[in-house]
Amino acid sequence: MAERYGAPVGGDRPSRGQAVIHPSPSQWFEVAAAARADGFDQLIDLTAVDYLTYSADRALPEGVQPERFEVVASLMSHERRERLRMRVQVPADDPSIPTLFDLWPGAENLEREAYDMFGIVFEGHPDPSRILMPEDWSGHPLRKDYDSGEIPVQFKAASNVR
Amino acid sequence: MSITDTAPADGASPEPVAAGMPTGPAAGAERVSRREPSAVLRMSEAEAAEIGGDPDDPDDDELVLLNMGPSHPSTHGVLRLMLELSGETVLRSKPVIGYLHTGMEKTGENLTYLQGGTNVTRMDYASPLFNELAFSLATERLLGIEVPERATWIRMLMCELNRVSSHLLFMATNGMDLGAVSMMIYGWREREEVLRFFEKVTGLRMNHNYIRPGGVAADLPADWRTDVAELIELIEPRLDEYDTLLTGQPIWRERLQGVGIISAAEAVALGATGPLLRGAGMAWDLRRDEPYLFYDQVDFDVIVGIHGDCYDRYAIRLNEIRESLRIVAQIIDAMPSGDYRTQDKKVTPPPRARIDESMEALIHHFKIFTEGFKVPAGEVYAAVESPRGELGVYMVSDGSSVPYRLHVRAPSFVNLQTLPHLMQNGLIADGIAIIGSVDPIMGDVDR
Repeated sequence: MAERYGAPVGGDRPSRGQAVIHPSPSQWFEVAAAARADGFDQLIDLTAVDYLTYSADRALPEGVQPERFEVVASLMSHERRERLRMRVQVPADDPSIPTLFDLWPGAENLEREAYDMFGIVFEGHPDPSRILMPEDWSGHPLRKDYDSGEIPVQFKAASNVR
Repeated sequence: MSITDTAPADGASPEPVAAGMPTGPAAGAERVSRREPSAVLRMSEAEAAEIGGDPDDPDDDELVLLNMGPSHPSTHGVLRLMLELSGETVLRSKPVIGYLHTGMEKTGENLTYLQGGTNVTRMDYASPLFNELAFSLATERLLGIEVPERATWIRMLMCELNRVSSHLLFMATNGMDLGAVSMMIYGWREREEVLRFFEKVTGLRMNHNYIRPGGVAADLPADWRTDVAELIELIEPRLDEYDTLLTGQPIWRERLQGVGIISAAEAVALGATGPLLRGAGMAWDLRRDEPYLFYDQVDFDVIVGIHGDCYDRYAIRLNEIRESLRIVAQIIDAMPSGDYRTQDKKVTPPPRARIDESMEALIHHFKIFTEGFKVPAGEVYAAVESPRGELGVYMVSDGSSVPYRLHVRAPSFVNLQTLPHLMQNGLIADGIAIIGSVDPIMGDVDR
């Protein structure tokens, strides 16, 4: 099924039988558009993973160059009751891929969250801003090199600091 | 309308899809301006604050930017809305969220699979068991273990009762938002009865940590059948009372009918699931369309609306309570005897009695609770139909005893995107009805 989008297909082992394809960043939008034209009418989920400290075998199919970040999108075809997962490798030095907003407007919040938490830039996104963290926050909390202990204590200007 | 011809919902024409992605800054600006008439107010808080600082001009009849929330009784927690108003009519709006964000996905990377339940259960606090279920299903799929039949039936029983309590909470708060204060009292009253049963089974009224990888934490109490039968007996006639109180009442209908309309195509395009999608007329319920647990062995109807308005969403939730009670009644008869958790020693600690007589059992018990069990490397997505829509868990394991990445596809978070579209060209008062009908749980939105 997944072969027809022209992207490498994930093996069965790492995904427990779920259909996975691995488009390259340059293929990302085309493959998504092809999938949408093919009946995947809903973008169910979009998130990212930071593989910086991943110790196990990534088990990517042949020809897919592992990178630090991976953006994962779950598509749903209501007509065929079928799901498809797209995983794209996003390099750390240029963490950007095209937005899927033009295909599924529902990508808006999900992509903003991925930007907020991982610093992945979605080119062409209508509102590329933080969504969960405060607007003036620095850093991207779900990155593996973001130590939760770094967060400065708030309200330290309060008069009764202990 | 075919579900496949989904046009982008906020006026963006579909041509660029076929033509490929326009590139360069000029193309980007062109795309943004094309989206201007959208329902979504794409303005940062800083920009809004700047405008808000301008002195008021009494002769000026321009648009007003109004802030609503985050502490507003009808925003169901800490939802903040930036509204662009013309008089009392909402033109564009933007939900501002994150006030309840506590980094639960990050926390999840530091908790073992056994502890993970205590974390995820606090996300959607009105339906905690569904969070635990999705988390457990994902873990079990990675582990490749089977759950005993009784455990699966117990999970179904508890989840359907949780759907009842969650929808009762909706009935209560929705009533309160619209001025039907007696409904608020009734909703809380019936919900409390369900929570009382939960307390008896799990020890807690909410945040149960009851459904765990491998099964459930404890077996049902001996007299659970009586308790559940009494619950059904109590709640079913009360639902008919709600019908009398609300469903046919002209004031109730006036407030809800034709308010906050969304089409099936829009709902699909915006990623909406659950009652929001079914209200628009699309019969989509993961329990039926992608059966998990034993939902393929019970008989129930998927409730679908026609108009996609607030009234349909209210009616759907009311009738879903009836359907859930119908499922629960079938579970009373179908419940087999047997184990309530897997006997796979890898994930299940040894029984208490064994610890007193065997050193190995003691060590094993200690290891499971301190280190946790290891889960094979890989990635997996598991989804369940929560009262608010598709609740999914995407999990990546590196073979250790804590998830490498834990992502929760929160239905409230995605459904919230429809708010500006539902509220556009309506009154602020209708906005209150709309927020209630989307039924967002802020713990689920912000995580």
